[in-house]
Amino acid sequence: MTDRWFDDAAGPVVRPYAMTRGRTRSSSDEARLDLIALVIAQSADGEGDAKPGESGIGAGHGVGHAVGDTDGGGFHHNADLHADSTLAPEHIDIVTSCRRSPQSVAELAAELDLPVGVVRVLIGDLIDADWVRVSRPVPPAELPDESILREVIDGLRAL
Amino acid sequence: MVFGRSKRGAGTASPAEPVTLKILVAGGFGVGKTTLVGAVSEIKPLRTEETLTEAGRPVDDTAGVEAKTTTTVAMDFGRITINDGLVLYLFGTPGQDRFWFLWDELAQGALGAVVLVDTRRLEDSFAGIDYFERRRIPFTVAVNHFDDAELYPAEAIRDALDLDAEVPVMVCDARRRESVRDVLVSVVEHALRRATPASQEAEPRPASAR
Ligand SMILES: Nc1nc2c(ncn2[C@@H]2O[C@H](COP(=O)(O)OP(=O)(O)OP(=O)(O)O)[C@@H](O)[C@H]2O)c(=O)[nH]1
Ligand SMILES: [Mg+2]
Repeated sequence: MTDRWFDDAAGPVVRPYAMTRGRTRSSSDEARLDLIALVIAQSADGEGDAKPGESGIGAGHGVGHAVGDTDGGGFHHNADLHADSTLAPEHIDIVTSCRRSPQSVAELAAELDLPVGVVRVLIGDLIDADWVRVSRPVPPAELPDESILREVIDGLRAL
Repeated sequence: MVFGRSKRGAGTASPAEPVTLKILVAGGFGVGKTTLVGAVSEIKPLRTEETLTEAGRPVDDTAGVEAKTTTTVAMDFGRITINDGLVLYLFGTPGQDRFWFLWDELAQGALGAVVLVDTRRLEDSFAGIDYFERRRIPFTVAVNHFDDAELYPAEAIRDALDLDAEVPVMVCDARRRESVRDVLVSVVEHALRRATPASQEAEPRPASAR
């Protein structure tokens, strides 16, 4: 019973904030992460974004994921995540999901069935520990340029 | 020795990152917002919970008791993959006024909006229309035609809602994919007209009132 959600409809939100240890905001960013910012996994499977050796973030986090990154990543490619005892299962879910493909903040919240505020905190943790980065933290001030708008129109027409 | 904020990813932006865009879907209670989002995308509920501080109240009262309440709001959320490099998200915003704070966040960076209208309850759409007008967010008014409602011509609706000439007004069926697609195309075309100086605009519909 204690594992159940308490926030059906508009009730008090209990468990999500337990998960984030009561924090309501990410330590990483003063501004809220844009809902459609993409969360991108850092150096998954040794592909792309190679991480420099000194991945020592603040001592508080103690995330040493360079360790799990030996060769033959194949089916063990999330072993590094599971080896990190500072990560909650929800952290692992987020990184795992982003390793498949970049996900927006909103998509992660919807997919994991967590409130947006909670997901923002969790993503903040993961940014601090360098597991993920975010494509564009704040919304752009201007509309996308003309060529993009035309691409959207063409794409929609082809739906 | 401060590594905590190192911008490690800064130099390695991958060219494969898609561009993400959003369109908002607003309208009164029961007007068909969820239906519309679901007609063109795989829809998922998105929950957000907000801490509301009592507006206009100094915070120094009632020893230690914070005048805050947490509200959970569910929004409709859909995704349309335009192509590998472009993803369009739809957000169905809750209709009630007390959720304005959510709109403010959603509206930032929005490409445009749909205001869904039920002709039997036109007044339910006023708040949305005012909101997007004030923020200069391009929007299309889509009249969701319910079977038992009388069908009015778009121009009558435009007059009744006192809309600018540039605002597209169309009748739609929120249950039909093609119909919703046309509404979304209209929103983006509207945004495009905004972005394009009138002189070089090649669209068939000229912005008449300028
Ligand atoms: N006849 C007809 N019925 C519709 C149409 N669009 C929606 N409906 C029905 O109207 C009802 C309300 O539609 P929803 O999509 O839930 O409306 P909503 O705006 O999301 O409602 P709230 O979220 O409660 O504000 C549902 O029973 C739909 O099936 C339409 O175009 N024609
Ligand atoms: Mg709805």
